[in-house]
Amino acid sequence: MAERTFRDGARAVGPLAVAVVGFGISFGVLARAVGFGWLAPIVMSATTFAGSAQFASVSVLGDGGTVAAAVAAALLLNARYAPIGISVAPYLTGSLWSRFVHAQLVVDESWAIAAEGEGRFSRSVLLGAGVVLYASWVAGTTVGALAGQGIGDPATFGLDAAFAALFLGLLVPIARDRRHVAAALLGATIALALTPFAPAGVPIIAASAACLLGLRR
Amino acid sequence: MSQTWLVVGLVGAGTIAIKAIGPVLLGGRPLPERLSSVIELLAPALLGALVAVQTFGNGQALAVDERVLGVAVAAIAIWRKAPLLLVVILATVATALARALL
Repeated sequence: MAERTFRDGARAVGPLAVAVVGFGISFGVLARAVGFGWLAPIVMSATTFAGSAQFASVSVLGDGGTVAAAVAAALLLNARYAPIGISVAPYLTGSLWSRFVHAQLVVDESWAIAAEGEGRFSRSVLLGAGVVLYASWVAGTTVGALAGQGIGDPATFGLDAAFAALFLGLLVPIARDRRHVAAALLGATIALALTPFAPAGVPIIAASAACLLGLRR
Repeated sequence: MSQTWLVVGLVGAGTIAIKAIGPVLLGGRPLPERLSSVIELLAPALLGALVAVQTFGNGQALAVDERVLGVAVAAIAIWRKAPLLLVVILATVATALARALL
């Protein structure tokens, strides 16, 4: 198989970019509605670049929660990026600054698209997918924060199912042997079992423990 | 106002640090073999969890709603070797139709 490039990454993430723009718009609208003004949501999308964490912290603050609770919710949701960052680290070979910038473009979708199986990752694909997703997220947020209400709920258009479909489409090709299938099923089971009891974010982090199956040979 | 910017600043700084830690400290070096056989299974484990939560999760609750239909359509499309673009579009359309009609 020919080595995949920046363009391959940008192209692979194309269908999802539409959904990401839609959710960016709804994040902008929601943040504006709970009193974030127009600039703070855009700055948040440009610096944090992690949808679920941003929604969580804005809704905690909107429900009258404290700053500490809002920050904790977001950072719990983003804690999975520590092991994810370690998984791509061997393939980010540039200077310290280049590694730092690449690391910021890692989100679930760019990471999954850059996966080449057997724990390998393509740096070019990660960059291509990450840049497109970043531009889509910030652009969507800007539209939502400036336009305010008046834009429909992305769920009406079924966009909330786009992420599950994408993740499933990325999972199937890499679930090539019994160990991979077992890790996927165990991860799904852990996440669903904890969802009703644990704070948002914890079920996904706990599910990453399923990779400890790799210790068995 | 200041609460807003405090949250934006802290969440942004925290997330940037979490994302940077692996690549900045370990970048460009192969992982020890025992760690890499664990990390190899991180992708299927997290993808499995993400599929499950994105399909059935509704905040703190589990729900069976129109998304299940969309994901089922996606599964059939994946099984029929449809390209990823088509998989995502079919899931989105199926979910939107189910929501409009049911």
